[in-house]
Amino acid sequence: MDQIPSVIVDGVMYSAWLFMAALGLTLIYGVMKIVNVTHGSFYAIGAYAAASLTAAYLARGFPPMLSYAVLVVAAIVVAAPFAIAIERVILRFMYARDEVVILLATYALFLILEDVIKLIWGVNPYFIAEPYALLGSFQVADMAYPTYNLLLVAAALVFGGGLAWLLHSTRAGKLLVAVIHDPEVSRAMGVNVGRYYLATFLLGSLLAALAGAFTAPTVSVVPGLGVDVIVLSFAVVVIGGLGSLPGAALGAVIVGIVRSLSVHYMPQLELFVIYFVMAAVLAVRPRGLFSLAEPRKI
Amino acid sequence: MRRDRTVAVIGTAFVALAAGGPWLPQWAMFIATVAFARGLVALGLVLLLRAGLISFGQALFYCLGAYTAGALGRFYGVSDIFIEMLVGGAVAALVAFIIGFLLARYRGIFFGLLSLALSMILYGLLVKTEALGSTDGFNIAPSTLFGVRPPPEWVRYSVLVSAAAVAAAAALIVHRYLQTPLGRLAPAIKDNEIRVEYMGASARKAVHVKYVIAGALAGVGGALAATAVGHIDPDMAYWTTSGEFIFITILAGTGSVVAPFVGALIYGSIHTLAYGLSPNTWQMSLGLALLVLIVFLPEGLWSLATRHARRT
Repeated sequence: MDQIPSVIVDGVMYSAWLFMAALGLTLIYGVMKIVNVTHGSFYAIGAYAAASLTAAYLARGFPPMLSYAVLVVAAIVVAAPFAIAIERVILRFMYARDEVVILLATYALFLILEDVIKLIWGVNPYFIAEPYALLGSFQVADMAYPTYNLLLVAAALVFGGGLAWLLHSTRAGKLLVAVIHDPEVSRAMGVNVGRYYLATFLLGSLLAALAGAFTAPTVSVVPGLGVDVIVLSFAVVVIGGLGSLPGAALGAVIVGIVRSLSVHYMPQLELFVIYFVMAAVLAVRPRGLFSLAEPRKI
Repeated sequence: MRRDRTVAVIGTAFVALAAGGPWLPQWAMFIATVAFARGLVALGLVLLLRAGLISFGQALFYCLGAYTAGALGRFYGVSDIFIEMLVGGAVAALVAFIIGFLLARYRGIFFGLLSLALSMILYGLLVKTEALGSTDGFNIAPSTLFGVRPPPEWVRYSVLVSAAAVAAAAALIVHRYLQTPLGRLAPAIKDNEIRVEYMGASARKAVHVKYVIAGALAGVGGALAATAVGHIDPDMAYWTTSGEFIFITILAGTGSVVAPFVGALIYGSIHTLAYGLSPNTWQMSLGLALLVLIVFLPEGLWSLATRHARRT
């Protein structure tokens, strides 16, 4: 019983991380109907960019408090050209193809990017502990937690809230919802659908890169970093409902709490429970818990 | 109608391999054996792909077959390669039969994601099971044939010929199956499922049967890979392993039952060659090849051969 506070704290922190990692995936699926395997690559690119550039920044002796800004800027600046190039050069010619074929294309791109990452950053691990250590720690029920993790929770809330605001309260967001429901009519009404697809892919990929950047200080950045994130984000997004924003939040919370419970009470089932929940949800509600109503086509 | 030469091709290839095998270098025998193992899995994926279904979790059955073979050796002292493949295939088929009731209802992306989740469940279990070596897996004793232990320099060759025999048998059975009414239903399910139901056939049942066959083939392939490599670990169930099988299937195309084995051999050769030349960019060459195939040759390499045959 005395473990319950730490189960909750761990669960919340892990949920926040999962939500950040999965947000871009659900956005891209929701708008473009692409199950994007390169999501993991962008996560890794973000992590590598943040780790290497922040390390370089700190090595010059600049104020460490600004290293958080460097994390964010590095991820965005490095990941954006990749995202734009992939969408413009390859993906935009594939929209007419089957969902599964596009998935295979992103899988091919994932294989390519894995090696591109190795070519750019090499195979040696990167560590940046400063942003993590700088904030110290806080106590919950006699357990110490790094304060940096609170930053992750705040970042997840900001990302989720920001994306919801973008979709529901801005002109561009409302147009995007129209594009989601019917690209052809939107095009007929004068919406530049191609530009919205590019913007969505860019935004989704940048969210993945930022998730990687925020994670970089907590782990050692090594090759293959993105490989695990892909399936994990798939699980979160599928549980909540592919393409749904509140669904991704719910999926993240469910997976976060379930994993935290398992880690504290039955550690040998840690990975099993995550994918068991995913399979169970798919078996009962294939479109996820927060499935969007399918826009009716005549 | 063109005369069907599949049976003759398979027979000739098997005889040629069995006769010429002893002159192959050991490493080539190993690559060929692993190619047969992967080809068996891809053969099952071809069956599903003909019905328009892509399983992102075929590694589930591959890994099940491998661990069944491993458990047979570790706990029961069985090292006969044919028993290992038989039991591995049977266990995989049984599991495929059970989860097939669930999966046969799904199509498209949901079929893929659910099969992915199921294979990751097995991965999650194996990684944490210390009795089976957790993440390290465990080693498997060298194979015997019908109770006879071949001399060390002949182990590779005997495993290769056994693999070729099983692969040839599997290819012939699947070839035969494709000519039955149930087998011919696959493209119809891909094109229009409602019409299939109007014709009086059950798409769900057809998919279920295909799924069980594909599972059994992957189980046999896994058992074969386990005894050929001599080591098994949970990565055999990881999603990247499923990705490799899909790669081989797309590379080969669904045109013939021989194609998956050719595809697996090409994959194995590219992999070995590219890895040897530059260990940090072999995935990139594979990715580029896959991308080019999807864009320019959606029917796979095999379509090149048939296109040529039609022209002459």
